[in-house]
Amino acid sequence: MAAMLHSVGVTSASVTSNKFTAFSINSLPVIRSESRTVSFAINGTRKTGKVTTKAVATQAENPTSAASKPGHELLLFEALREGLEEEMDRDPRVCVFGEDVGHYGGSYKVTKGLADKYGDLRVLDTPIAENSFTGMAVGAAMTGLRPIVEGMNMGFLLLAFNQISDNCGMLHYTSGGQFTIPTVIRGPGGVGRQLGAEHSQRLESYFQSIPGIQMVACSTPYNAKGLMKAAIRSENPVVLFEHVLLYNLKERIPDEEYILSLEEAEMVRPGEHVTILTYSRMRYHVMQAAKTLVNKGYDPEVIDIRSLKPFDLYTIGNSVKKTHRVLIVEECMRTGGIGASLTASINENFHDYLDAPIVCLSSQDVPTPYAGTLEEWTVVQPSQIVTAVEQLCKQ
Amino acid sequence: MAQLTHRTSSLLKPLSFALSSTRHLSSTTPITVETSLPFTGHNIEPPSRSVETTPQELIKFFRDMALMRRMEIASDSLYKAKLIRGFCHLYDGQEAVAVGMESAITRKDCIITAYRDHCLFLGRGGTLVEAFAELMGRKEGCSKGKGGSMHFYKKEGGFYGGHGIVGAQVPLGCGLAFAQKYSKDENVTFAMYGDGAANQGQLFEALNMAALWDLPAILVCENNHYGMGTAEWRAAKSPAYYKRGDYVPGLKVDGMDAFAVKQACKFAKEHALKNGPIILEMDTYRYHGHSMSDPGSTYRTRDEISGVRQERDPVERIRKLVLAHDLATEKELKDTEKEIRKEVDDAIAKAKESPLPDPSELFTNIYVKGYGVESYGADRKELRAVLP
Repeated sequence: MAAMLHSVGVTSASVTSNKFTAFSINSLPVIRSESRTVSFAINGTRKTGKVTTKAVATQAENPTSAASKPGHELLLFEALREGLEEEMDRDPRVCVFGEDVGHYGGSYKVTKGLADKYGDLRVLDTPIAENSFTGMAVGAAMTGLRPIVEGMNMGFLLLAFNQISDNCGMLHYTSGGQFTIPTVIRGPGGVGRQLGAEHSQRLESYFQSIPGIQMVACSTPYNAKGLMKAAIRSENPVVLFEHVLLYNLKERIPDEEYILSLEEAEMVRPGEHVTILTYSRMRYHVMQAAKTLVNKGYDPEVIDIRSLKPFDLYTIGNSVKKTHRVLIVEECMRTGGIGASLTASINENFHDYLDAPIVCLSSQDVPTPYAGTLEEWTVVQPSQIVTAVEQLCKQ
Repeated sequence: MAQLTHRTSSLLKPLSFALSSTRHLSSTTPITVETSLPFTGHNIEPPSRSVETTPQELIKFFRDMALMRRMEIASDSLYKAKLIRGFCHLYDGQEAVAVGMESAITRKDCIITAYRDHCLFLGRGGTLVEAFAELMGRKEGCSKGKGGSMHFYKKEGGFYGGHGIVGAQVPLGCGLAFAQKYSKDENVTFAMYGDGAANQGQLFEALNMAALWDLPAILVCENNHYGMGTAEWRAAKSPAYYKRGDYVPGLKVDGMDAFAVKQACKFAKEHALKNGPIILEMDTYRYHGHSMSDPGSTYRTRDEISGVRQERDPVERIRKLVLAHDLATEKELKDTEKEIRKEVDDAIAKAKESPLPDPSELFTNIYVKGYGVESYGADRKELRAVLP
């Protein structure tokens, strides 16, 4: 399955950092916001070629993809909408709560057209009251409805933290199993394009210790739709992390219905030398660095962990047992982020298999600045990934 | 022949219809009772003060309230004996709200409240053994011992808890009302909170949404005049909680009079089904402190507490009504109380014997049946992860 970065101005084409470090970065392959498409191969064939003018969906020998039909092409937000629509058709108890999800169509167009189709009560435009409409979603879920709460930006859900942690996460336990809370809490997060500190938050680390919830992060249209459907069907509360800059990714996905496992990681690129664990937008930075690494002779194995809580230690473990070196690349903060937990997890479980200490590249522990260059420096760039792999493999 | 018995108390003005001299303990002869105080309305015409009841209901009220009172006092002793740990918020003094509300609604209506939930749990069909076992952290508790005093739930009875964080249950209550409107099932939700929680922002957010979408939500403020140690006039600029809804109508009710509560809840249910949310303020009082760790006397005088107990006690009011209508003798009522005492003691003994939860229960009910969902790719092959 080939994923193509369709640059429409809001992609992760932010690799053009000129005065980044002591390295001369000017020679890095740049994916500019022009109408150039670059194809990565997810599995099987390793395409080191950079630019293809006509993007063709290559059918790699991916056993989980549809080998029969070509499928249809869409953008990530459309894939989310498709998954949502299919589930709303299937189960009349599924409803959506959020600001501007109804008549406006969703601030990222994920719920566009759904209010016309299903009515105002099923696609509910709420006032700006995150704490209480998240609470309302939990209350509705206690009676059997399956609400999906959209935070216009993940950062706004901090206002609903009490409802998410106490009521969403814990009610199933404190009621001795009497009530299930099948909610999905979703929204875009992550560092965008100069959106400012309060609108560039990564909440994975704040929610990760809440017992009772599951967290997943989508990164391609294929897994976005699959994870959305799985999250809606799950009886547990699921937090689905999307990324502001990935909404316009284009990919060809199968026509048939499919659901992905909420606890499974995705093997993006098998390899031998080093395991690179990543999720969400950093996957694309990693894949870009992977191209450089392949040119330099390394063979990285890239895994998109997808499931942030619980970690898919099975896939990760098998990879660690094969390569013996781990690099974690994440957009979360350094302190107490997903990478920190993952490092601890891998160290605990697979210590004997490691040849070198785990390296974790995360965002800097700073509020995201507005200035473009500063913003680039807060997140991990492909050049840093390349350096880290080189150093890791030297040991 | 008609018997009009006048009692010395000026609170009661019983108007009884024909009753023979023998007591019809289970009869359904209608009796009309006047509430002690008139209702005060905000943006709404208050209901009448005359409440229809039957002897059966009167005796039931007495029994239920005496049971609740006994349970709370027994919990007090259990707490002091260190069998109940942590937080224990007792409801004695406020029983009229629980009993009056229960008599006006069905089990399909939902009730959600904060942490002072033991008596409401009983009213919704919970048993004494479940309650005491949960308080003592035993397996037979209503939440399998994993919730505690503040997390009583009864799904079949329509009792949604049992919440520790002040005010957080009100948006949940509006969510329950939303689900009722969504399923179009003509039931209402009573979201209860206290005078302390009345200052929470999420309450007004939820009220706004309930009013916007005409949800059948009834917000009930159990105003016992103290938010833990802070008197209401020190915490709220406007302690007229029934008026704080502004565009939402409100009703102020004497919460120590079970019949006033019953009338108000009936009225509110009819209103909510047609017109959307309404706020009920129950003027009530708690004899114990905020919780067992609060003596309850540092911020109020003992005279005040005993004064309320003498003049407004809900159980006494019903007792006087029962005696006034000649439905039972003093001795019979005392016998009922003895029975109740025995019932409670038996339940405590049974709960004490019940086992503690198994250590493996630590990890159950975190997720529903393990994890996630059955997943499949487009070619229908299952992709379920196997975790170590």
